[in-house]
Amino acid sequence: MNISLGPPDLAVEDLRMGSVWLEAGMEHYFLSHLEVLEAEAIHIMREVAAEFRRPVMMFSGGKDSICMLRLAEKAFRPARFPFPLLHIDTGHNFPEVIEFRDRRAAQLSERLIVRTVQDAIEAGIATEPGGADRSRNWLQIPTLLSAIEEFKFDAAFGGARRDEEKARAKERVFSFRDEFGQWDPRNQRPELWNLYNTRISPGQHIRVFPLSNWTELDIWQYIEREGLEIPSIYFAHEREMFQREGLWMSRSELLPLRRGEAVAWKTVRFRTVGDIISTAAIESAASTVGEIIEEIAATRITERGARADDRRSETAMEDRKREGYF
Amino acid sequence: MPLMANVSKSVELLRFSTCGSVDDGKSTLIGRLLHDSKSVFEDQLQALERAREQRGEASVNLANLTDGLRAEREQGITIDVAYRYFATPKRRFIVADTPGHLQYTRNMVTGASTASLALVLVDARKGVIEQTRRHSYIASLLGIPHLVLCVNKMDLVDFSEEVYEKIRQEFTIFSTRLRITHISFIPMSGLLGDNVVEPSTRMPWYQGEPLLSFLEDVHIASDWNLQDSRFPVQWVVRPQDGAYRDFRAYAGQIASGVFRVGDRVLVLPSGRSSKIKDIVLMDQSMKIAHAPMSVSLLLEDEIDVSRGDLIVPVENLPYIGKEAEAMLCWMHETPMQPGRKYLIKHTTNSTKGVITSLHCRVNVETLEEEEASVLGLNEIGKVSIRSATPLVYDEYYRNRRLGGFIVVDEASSATVGAGMLVEPTKVPPLPEYTDYAI
Repeated sequence: MNISLGPPDLAVEDLRMGSVWLEAGMEHYFLSHLEVLEAEAIHIMREVAAEFRRPVMMFSGGKDSICMLRLAEKAFRPARFPFPLLHIDTGHNFPEVIEFRDRRAAQLSERLIVRTVQDAIEAGIATEPGGADRSRNWLQIPTLLSAIEEFKFDAAFGGARRDEEKARAKERVFSFRDEFGQWDPRNQRPELWNLYNTRISPGQHIRVFPLSNWTELDIWQYIEREGLEIPSIYFAHEREMFQREGLWMSRSELLPLRRGEAVAWKTVRFRTVGDIISTAAIESAASTVGEIIEEIAATRITERGARADDRRSETAMEDRKREGYF
Repeated sequence: MPLMANVSKSVELLRFSTCGSVDDGKSTLIGRLLHDSKSVFEDQLQALERAREQRGEASVNLANLTDGLRAEREQGITIDVAYRYFATPKRRFIVADTPGHLQYTRNMVTGASTASLALVLVDARKGVIEQTRRHSYIASLLGIPHLVLCVNKMDLVDFSEEVYEKIRQEFTIFSTRLRITHISFIPMSGLLGDNVVEPSTRMPWYQGEPLLSFLEDVHIASDWNLQDSRFPVQWVVRPQDGAYRDFRAYAGQIASGVFRVGDRVLVLPSGRSSKIKDIVLMDQSMKIAHAPMSVSLLLEDEIDVSRGDLIVPVENLPYIGKEAEAMLCWMHETPMQPGRKYLIKHTTNSTKGVITSLHCRVNVETLEEEEASVLGLNEIGKVSIRSATPLVYDEYYRNRRLGGFIVVDEASSATVGAGMLVEPTKVPPLPEYTDYAI
């Protein structure tokens, strides 16, 4: 199926997307799985732009949201995006990612709004958790809901994928939230064909996941195909690490060492970029996108297996989502 | 590793749905597919093992790989459609895993709407039962082109060829009432893995492929309609600044068929005509594009085109009309009342509409048509609809993307129905387009 002999009047670059070729006098057409997923995601983004008054796209600087930006370019260029970008910053992010986030938004000349958990804490919307577990993951929820209220956003794009977690596997592409931002998994709208019901009442909003049907491997293949730049921490690098509960964590003043934990220099990379407190690295020598793809194809641990926040219980993600998490 | 997630880029994507209840061992079968195709990861297996210890069960429950919600695991049932992903070197798969009870018909319809293949499970001990007929009917109603009848739990009937043959013959007779023409049968044991990924050594009488090989090889390239070129306009790209001051492109996903630069096209329902000047996506320009690509079309003439319009070639027109007939699956607790106004969303067009009459209800247990005055939750019937603005459509079974619509209740905003437009009994005359000069 991959051999494509284009009709003589077609230049090779015409076939960069999809393939058309002649065989025995018949035209044949082929789209790879990546091209089908791309077409679906672009369709979803355009639906949101057309049917909502104030959409916003979440952009963290992570690999999934980097793909989202490229899909938005495909959906709307040469015009500007019909929505701003929003990052809910825990204040515990890797500096490499924050630098990348700002640079990428500037390159695209798109508007980036940043709201911080720190500001939310100071405004009394959120309370810093005490004790040994200081993850600010939960605190993104009130911060996000307050940003949604501040700008009157009625739809927020997220880069979440269904292959990440069991609860996500059941979430709709257009995921309806009540005025408290809550997700009710037992009361979701049926979603048929590519027809999305976008009607909401005042105060309600919808989270939209254009990458719902993508897997981690698809994301990396897309990054490779599109030649997208990604933050350096995705590639293998030397870092001071220590082991906690079987995971490699970054040495950081945010993570005071416990008794018996020893710091060592390791060659690692990150598979996801959450905040420093809850994101573990894996030992890896992969220094190019191609090597990462090979590594992922062979890997035996799921991506979220490296996130301490999901290992607490069988339903950790479902519980967070019910409360308004992405 | 015999099977590994795919690293090469040009593989096909197959979406399939599974229907069955817990008793059929459906979740176990999916779990087995994921497990034996090496799509289950170590930490997922560890989580299953932890759950097994906690509940004091004898063996790991593969069904827990797919049942994601707390209530589902507690009650041991599947509530909603779950989407699963796995890959082999040959194909990428998206599985819409749907619950099988009558009360979840709408979930089944949802899962089937995007599938090109349906797996229907049968318990070898029970054979073809009402549920089997209902699942197959829904697959057929939703226009799925391929169906695989998985005769499961063969281990419990001593892998008997006789039992399998009886089920196969019974289903073959029943299937003459379905639209699906490509039907296959596989005897298997999801629990033990026979004929799921590896061929069974205990059923030497079965000459066919195991399920996974079948899914990898089934011919799906012709499932997209490439005959009827249809482009629903989603969004108008107008930068209105700098070098792009006069740029105007119509963005959308090609629903079916093929578009080429130079094609003479009509914009429906207005009937204005033009020619395709360019087909673009970001910085790419292409001479030809086909379904299901998302692209933008540029036209030669400055004519009024907006969201909800359909661009078609002048020589192949769809049906246009404010009155149409459809098969309708009702999805809400509040019954469908003929005469009530609803919103109809069809392609990128939304219009008010009314269901003018209910011709019959289909008994999904017997497949008989019955008289009825209302359609309740999970019921399916044939209806007439009238819309405020014209529907521009193809018959669903010819072109799924142009024949499907959803019904939305304006007051509650709920999605209350899913419809499949059928061939009109009286074909409405085409409007006389003033500039229909080719």
